[in-house]
Amino acid sequence: MLNAMRIDPADNVVVAIEPIAKGEVVEFDADGEVRQLTALEDITIYHKLACRDIPQGEPVIKYGQHIGSAVTDIKTGQHVHVHNVESHSENLD
Amino acid sequence: MTFYGYERPDGRVGVRNYVLILPASVCASDTTRIVAQQVNGAVTFNNQQGCSQVESDQQLTMDVMAGYAANPNVYGTVVVSLGCENCQMDLVVKAIQERTNKPLKQVIIQEVGGTLKAVDIAVRYAKEMAAEASLLQKKEFPMSELIVGTECGGSDPTSGLAANPVIGELSDRLVKDGGCSILSETTEFIGAEHILAKRAATPEVHDRILEIVRRYEKALRLVGEEVREGNPSPGNKAGGITTLEEKSLGCIHKGGHSPVMAVYDYAKQVKAKGGLVIMDTPGNDPSSVAAMAAGGAQVVVFSSGRGSPTGNPIVPVVKITGNKLTFAKMEDNIDLDASPLIYGEKTLEELGGELYELVRQVACGRQTKAEALGFTEMAIARVCNYV
Repeated sequence: MLNAMRIDPADNVVVAIEPIAKGEVVEFDADGEVRQLTALEDITIYHKLACRDIPQGEPVIKYGQHIGSAVTDIKTGQHVHVHNVESHSENLD
Repeated sequence: MTFYGYERPDGRVGVRNYVLILPASVCASDTTRIVAQQVNGAVTFNNQQGCSQVESDQQLTMDVMAGYAANPNVYGTVVVSLGCENCQMDLVVKAIQERTNKPLKQVIIQEVGGTLKAVDIAVRYAKEMAAEASLLQKKEFPMSELIVGTECGGSDPTSGLAANPVIGELSDRLVKDGGCSILSETTEFIGAEHILAKRAATPEVHDRILEIVRRYEKALRLVGEEVREGNPSPGNKAGGITTLEEKSLGCIHKGGHSPVMAVYDYAKQVKAKGGLVIMDTPGNDPSSVAAMAAGGAQVVVFSSGRGSPTGNPIVPVVKITGNKLTFAKMEDNIDLDASPLIYGEKTLEELGGELYELVRQVACGRQTKAEALGFTEMAIARVCNYV
């Protein structure tokens, strides 16, 4: 059963559409094909997890757009949120 | 695709056929309520403004009043004023006539001799207009005649996942068919304005997008508030939103992927067949919907994660949610369930097509849930306190 959603093909995060427990298999649709990864942490519903490794300093991509950058290396399956992402917007001007 | 609507003498096309009883100020609002109750087909609203405003603030009120009278869903307008308010009858009439040549009557309460006489005269004007309106036959028009406003309110994480992308799909289809879609709610672009600005069709539009955001932030700083601070809110973060960019990206999805062709100030007249445009409105739903109605939108599409009852006196408001639990709980208020997108049961193209067809049907006369329940709440934006 699908328990996560990838919004845009460019995204390096997916969104949990069900509560996901650590070690659980995460399934999401990628252009009609179901892809799997393993959750490395508990993920609250509607929170994000990495669907690719995101090295420190690289952009976090959701909706096909940069929503911030990784402040540490983030592994596939890890929770992606305020503890490991910082906003870009301070650096715009 | 086509819809059946009402052709107006100014060349625009309406999807409803109301007589508007327009209160020029708060002091005329109870009178217009009584008049509208007496005439089948008449609508009104509670105008809390119209007097004791500074110039820039009064202009917002004037633009909403003139825009409502000019909205093609309105057959004609009876303006009722008290007589001594700042929004004087001649100013209101002039503002309306700059936008449209539709039927227009005026009643000034202090001049005709009080409430009862004003009600008598206004009811007779309205009754006559409603009778004329009833003779009008609908004609077939292309979808390019539609201006659709987009709005989100009571958002939750499903709004960015499903409801707003589906509205974006509708917006892209309408633009492709030659129509116009309005992206609103400046406060909710903040953090994603640079992404939106990149989609501007011209350098002027690019600068205007950044300008309306800066202007909004400046206005809030005057009262000591900072939008970017504390945003996303603790509630947003608990819900899974990490950064302001992410929050705002969810909102601007309502504008689909089309280039932004123009930026309009609050309640200004929007050009039909103009593609995707932005209007500078607050995040507050009733005042944002009111601005788009004043701009000439014939239909508004509104996403809500938590569920919202918002309607409008002259424009049908179509509700859509991405939250299946909200749809189950609030089906009386919500027209379309977009949650199948999240669970992989329907594609964005399918749901976008369903919403487009629903908007077409609503344009042809199908009642929205908000219309069926008689909801007409609205508000007019303010720039500052009363003087």
